[in-house]
Amino acid sequence: MCSVCGCGEGEVKVEGKAQEKPHAHDHHHSHAHDHAHGHDHAHHHHQGEGGHTHDYGQGPARAHAPGLSQGRMVQIETDILAKNNEYAAANRRFFNDRGMLALNLVSSPGSGKTTLLVETIKALAGDLALAVVEGDQQTANDAERVRETGVPAIQVNTGKGCHLDGHMVGHALESLKPADRSVVFIENVGNLVCPAAFDLGEAHKVVILSVTEGEDKPIKYPDMFHAADLMLLSKTDLLPHVRFDVEKCIEYARRVNPGIKVLKLSAETGEGMEAWVIWIKATRALALTGHPVAAAAE
Amino acid sequence: MHEMAICESIVQVLQQQAAVQNYGRVKIVWLEIGPLAGVELEALRFSFDAVTRGTLADRARLEIVETKGEAWCMQCAKSVVVAQRYDACTDCGSYQLQVTGGEELRIKELEVD
Repeated sequence: MCSVCGCGEGEVKVEGKAQEKPHAHDHHHSHAHDHAHGHDHAHHHHQGEGGHTHDYGQGPARAHAPGLSQGRMVQIETDILAKNNEYAAANRRFFNDRGMLALNLVSSPGSGKTTLLVETIKALAGDLALAVVEGDQQTANDAERVRETGVPAIQVNTGKGCHLDGHMVGHALESLKPADRSVVFIENVGNLVCPAAFDLGEAHKVVILSVTEGEDKPIKYPDMFHAADLMLLSKTDLLPHVRFDVEKCIEYARRVNPGIKVLKLSAETGEGMEAWVIWIKATRALALTGHPVAAAAE
Repeated sequence: MHEMAICESIVQVLQQQAAVQNYGRVKIVWLEIGPLAGVELEALRFSFDAVTRGTLADRARLEIVETKGEAWCMQCAKSVVVAQRYDACTDCGSYQLQVTGGEELRIKELEVD
């Protein structure tokens, strides 16, 4: 692991970045270290900081198991995801400063996320600047599909990882360099569990649930539906052929998240796509209201 | 399996704190985890042993303090205990609950050398 920013965790690859990294740490997020960036440093791995401790037996200070321990107690009271949240906050600042709307698209594998994204891009491309961060364990297939539409996209391969995290997205943004005021779609790894816990700095999580899945997914995977602000019920053109209770599904989603908004659509037939496009434009307009970059562009 | 990533974050915190708090080895880690934090405790224990190997927390013991899930029932206007996000109020059966506790995912304290 890179001891500078904690990156290079095993198999994470950001497309277009050499894997053996002389990686220039000149990105926007503020790391909590004060060492000079931008050089080709060899990433020494400071493993096992042990070896020289200067703690001369302070005795069993408030041990939880009295008498059994000679160790010293240290209170740290730290959120485990604090590090990710720092990266996410830096990304959020990056998006906000430039008037970008970032949407984190989450779903199970095979829900048709990429197809929906490609159709969404086609519907928006004439009106708005767009950029895409694609997350998958392996392959750059999805980023290639997006690039065929002419929209810049970058693939992040998480290797064994089951979700994107704030740090990966930060690095992806360095290469992607989205235009000011663009809509940035982040297509997360297909997984209804882990991506719920990792903030990427997005404005909204959008969860996509296709009608070929069960209507009880919202209560089977409550954390994800709780974390999302919008649920897209997709593949509605297949409703006549599958047993899927739309009303029940929405009721389940509201149980875990009373405030969740629901739109029904089909990327295949285009039904309902207009409402989704309106949602994106309205959300972006709201974020840009009073924003300095919006005033500058007028 | 984001429990693996969570354990990697724990090790990162332990390594950062080692310099600040002046320790070389971690013997016990106390975590506080709520039922709504989205963490599977067994998977976490399994990952912890794997991830800490060869680090300053090699063979450290993991102690997990489980907190309770709590929510505010808007109908009853009081706090009730929940185990899941989709639970109804145990008193009135309403789903209009606002989760107020149980999302903890924190390192509480350490025993170090």
